[in-house]
Parts: sequence; C-alpha cells; structure tokens
Amino acid sequence: MTAAPPSRPPAIRCEGLVKRYGDVTAVAGLDLTVAAGECFGLLGPNGAGKTTTIEILEGLTPADAGLVQVLEHAWNGGAADRLLRERLGIQLQETKLPEKLSVEETIRLFASFYPQAQTVESVLAVVELGEKRRAWYSKLSGGQKQRLAVACALVNRPELLFLDEPTTGLDPQSRRQLWDVIAGFRSQGNTVLLTTHYMEEAERLCDRVAIMDHGKVIALGTPRELIASLGAEHVVEFTLADGVAVASLEPQLRGLPGVGTVRATDGTIALTATALHITLPALTSLLEQRGHVLASLTTHHASLDDVFVAITGRRIRDE
Amino acid sequence: MSNRPLVQMTLAWIRGFYREPEAIFWVFGFPIVLAFALGIAFKNRGPGEMRVGVLRGAEDSAIARTLDATPALAAGVLDSATARTQLRTGRIALLVLPGSPIVYRYDSTRTESRLARLEVDDALQRAGGRTDIAVVHDDRVTEPGSRYIDFLIPGLLGMNLMGSGLWGVGFSVVQARTKGLLKRFLATPMRKSEYLLSYVVSRLLFLVLEVIALVGFAYWVFDVGVHGTMMALGICTILGSFSFAGIGLLVASRAKTIEAVSGLMNLVMLPMWILSGTFFSYARFPESMQPFVRALPLTALNDSLRGVMIDGASLAGVAASLGIVAVWGAVCFLVAVKIFRWR
Repeated sequence: MTAAPPSRPPAIRCEGLVKRYGDVTAVAGLDLTVAAGECFGLLGPNGAGKTTTIEILEGLTPADAGLVQVLEHAWNGGAADRLLRERLGIQLQETKLPEKLSVEETIRLFASFYPQAQTVESVLAVVELGEKRRAWYSKLSGGQKQRLAVACALVNRPELLFLDEPTTGLDPQSRRQLWDVIAGFRSQGNTVLLTTHYMEEAERLCDRVAIMDHGKVIALGTPRELIASLGAEHVVEFTLADGVAVASLEPQLRGLPGVGTVRATDGTIALTATALHITLPALTSLLEQRGHVLASLTTHHASLDDVFVAITGRRIRDE
Repeated sequence: MSNRPLVQMTLAWIRGFYREPEAIFWVFGFPIVLAFALGIAFKNRGPGEMRVGVLRGAEDSAIARTLDATPALAAGVLDSATARTQLRTGRIALLVLPGSPIVYRYDSTRTESRLARLEVDDALQRAGGRTDIAVVHDDRVTEPGSRYIDFLIPGLLGMNLMGSGLWGVGFSVVQARTKGLLKRFLATPMRKSEYLLSYVVSRLLFLVLEVIALVGFAYWVFDVGVHGTMMALGICTILGSFSFAGIGLLVASRAKTIEAVSGLMNLVMLPMWILSGTFFSYARFPESMQPFVRALPLTALNDSLRGVMIDGASLAGVAASLGIVAVWGAVCFLVAVKIFRWR
C-alpha cells in the first residue's frame, strides 16, 4: 500500500447519498471517502446499488439527496463539469463501442474529446492491443473488448479512474491482464474506484473496500482488516448425511477449540477457525460421539465473501 | 484538425455506414435500379409504330401493304380468331375489315386506337385517290427534359436524399442510445452540440457520392442532362441533405428502440413518397390539398431539383422552394436539440 501524502485532499467524498427509482431505494444514505492515490473497491451482490453509486459519482446520474465531491468539485451541470471530465477516466458496465470501428479508430475517437490525450500508440501499449489495432470492435474477444473500454478510459491520462465491474464475465487470463493494467495505472500515484463482485479481485487490487448491501455500506476497511474481523483465518464448511437439525449442535460446535463463529444455512454448517490442525480433529470426534456422519467437508482461507456472509447471512455471488 | 471531435465523430459515423454492405445497396444501388427499371418501362417510343390488323378477306394484302407503307403504322393480315384476341389484349390498336364499306373496329376509349383510326383512314383515303387541298409542313419540336425519365431522375434524387438522411442519422443515433454509447460519450468532455452536428456533417460525404452515382448514371444511360449549373445543383442537394438530417435527428431524438424509430421514419416518409411528386406530378392532387403538399420538404426539394435540372433555373429561381427546405431542416434540428434524450 502506498500511503498518500497527508496534504492531498480526498479524491472522492460523498455524504448521505440517496437515490430512488420509484418505490425502490437504490442508494440509501451512503457515506464514502476515497483518498487520493488509493484503489478503492465497492463490493456487493447485484442490486446492492454499486452501479447507481458509481454513476452518481461519475456525474451521469443525479442524486436525490446528499453531497458529492469528486476531485474537490461538485457536479452542477455548469462549464466546470467539462473541466472535471477531462481529469476522469470512466469505464461503464455496459457499453457497446461502435461495432465497425477498429481498435485504433475507437481510441482516436475518444482521444479527440480531450486536449491532453496521450498518443494512440502509448495507450495501445498499456492495454497490449497493438496487434489488434486494425481489428473491428465486433471481432474482438470479450477480454479484448474490455481492455479497449479501459483504453478509452485511460486515453486522457486521468487522475481518477472509475471501473464498473471491469472483469465480469472474463476468463481468468483476461482478468489478470486487466488487473495488471489497473495496477500499472495505480503505481503512478493515481486513484481508482472500482465495483466488483469478485472477492479475489478486491483482495488483490484494493487498498480498501466498502461492502455494500441494499444501498448501504455495511463494512469498510482494508481487505485484511475485514477478514481479520471474522476472528479466524480459516473457514470449515460441512454437511451431515442424515440431515439432522443442527441447532442442537451449535453450542457444542462453538465450544470446540479454535472455533470463532458458527453459522448454519440450508443444512450447511460453516465454522471459522484459527488453526485447522486443532479444530478439525476435535470436530470429527465430536460428530462421531454424537453419531453423525459427514456428507461433505471443505476448508478454505477466509475471504471477503465470508465477511459478507458473516454480516448478512447470504453469499455475494448467489444473488 | 483531424483530432477535432467533430471530425472524428463524423468519420466514425461514415465508417460505420460504409462498412455495412446492405446500407450501401439501399443508398446507392436501389435508386439506380429503380431509375433503370422505370426508365426502361416508360421509355418514349419515339415516332412509334402502331400495330394494326387487317382481317383476312378480299384485297386484304393490298390494304395491309398500303398501311405498312405508312411510317406510323405496322400492319399484318390476321384470321378472325387471332384478330379478336389481339384486339382485346391491345396487341393491335385497330382492326380493318376489308369490304364495302371498309369497317374500322377499335376501342374508342383508347387514345392509341383513336390515333390509329386517323392514320389508317388517312392512308386508305389517300391511296384511294384523295388529294390534300391545303399545303402543310411539319415542324417537330423536342422539348429538352420532356421525357418521363427527365422528370423522374430529380424526383429519385430527392427521395434518395430523404431516405438516406433519415435512415443514416436516425438509425445510428438510436443505436448509440440503446447500446450505451451515448452515455459513454456523455462521460467525456464532448460537447453535445458537436455530437449532433457530426451526424449532419457525415451526410455530406454520402451526399456527394449519391448525387454523382445517380446523376452520372442518368446521364450515361438515359442522357438526362443538368440544364442548370452544377453549383446550383450542388447547393440544392447540400441543403436538402442537411434538412433531412435535421428531420432524422428529430425523429430519433426520443426513440429508445430501433423498432420505434423505424416506425416513426416510415410514418414521416410515407406521405412524402406518395404526395411529393417523385413518380408523378403532385398537380394531380386536388386543389384543396395543394398548400399542404407544397409545404412538404420533399415536394419543395423535388421542385428545386427539377427547376435546376430540367428548366435550368438559377438559385434565385428556386429560392422559394429552397427556403421551405431550409426552414424544415433548421426548425427540426433546433427542436431535436431541445428534446433530445441523452440517457
């Protein structure tokens, strides 16, 4: 993590943000501060209000209430908005660029909107699309299309980059390629705000994340802090063959050595544990004593997804 | 210069258009095919020969020979069944029944048949020894641009400018809106006015190609000339093209789907296809409709194009029509800018 010098004002500040669509409240009083130079992730299931929030910050959707400052400027529809736009890079979740324009032509088109645009060559090099420069947008793979979208966002050398689910639907290799592009942009002291529902992406790229649900921030911190808040590094999940009611087991499970929290959802029991080599033998002997047979048992390192489950009782990706 | 947003956006629309093969056909191929087909179908038959028949009977071949010697007539001897069929289907304009008296059988409601009646009678009477009393002399006049094809080509040009202006602009605006491209552009410092203007400007290049294709084709195949100056023709077409781009922008200003904009386009164009005198003169519509018909932009454009191409009118001569064209374009563009749906 690069610590921003204290003199730099925050890149984004918003307080009490509210946005309603008819009866649906998409954003319900959101507070957020993104420091200059950090990579900040908005994490949450679909429908949590991530896209609405980011589009309000981008000045594309007006908020119903609340204060928004982006690079110390409040969107007001005036001439100053254009000057601010020159300093922002934006990739929207669903943009289809013109089908029959080549990579090169598309970048040149976007470059024409900015007085300080970088050359087509240098953007192509950053997103590694040099070989595809003459290919039409319609002929690109999903990953290449997404890198072109990011190239269009980077063409003006922005100070602040907004990415709305930049890697959704991409294969792992394309995803890593994009991560490299984003990391490279950050390393020059720039700020990134991204939304994602991939935990790995947030843990890998973000200095801090805000976990969103129902239009609110329900947890905020560095990925490490949030995971640490679970009180354990490991998660053990198991199901029982006889499908007995597990409620009666909960006190005993909680009493096992090294176990933090216990949670049962749809017959699956999840424990957090500090040390697997202590907890697992104790768990199996407990189940044996009580005459239960395991149907399945898995363990994994605690992730942001487990943080979301711990707070809401739901999984992010299931939604 | 080439890094100006207006230039780059214009180029983007032009590229998007010419990289779509169907679009090329509808803009360039279709009007030429139409001009060719209609030009052939309505080709003037010059002095033209009218076919007449002589029923088999006494002196039939002598009569047929006399008639055939007349430049305007082509005659043949027919038996009664064939003669009846050919007369009914219009293959022959008139049937001569030899005898005394000679009988002319023809449909008196057909202009061609009545002409044939005069020619046949004239030829037979002279052959029978009639002499003309007054001395006459024919002085044939060929009015330039009086053929149907001369009338048709400026109309097709106007219709084509309308179609390509409306489709070219309307389609790509709505596509940009439905695909989120418009929103993406709004996230840049692009000026909205330049965005809208880029569509109007992109029409210019196509305009040049359309005009060259259709006017060139008409000159080469049908010998349709431009009697006014090329400058006047150029200004008429530029104004027409800008005007229909403005109308296209208005039609597309609110539509959210391709289906919706297609419906609107047809709604706008259909009355003009029928009323604006592309294929036949709008003078055929009743007097009460004339003010409405004349106020349509395509009518005004067709009038100015015909003025320049057929009558060799100067720009001043077609200024009134051009004024209507310009007002349509300017008003539609301004309204479109006001009510345009950006999200």
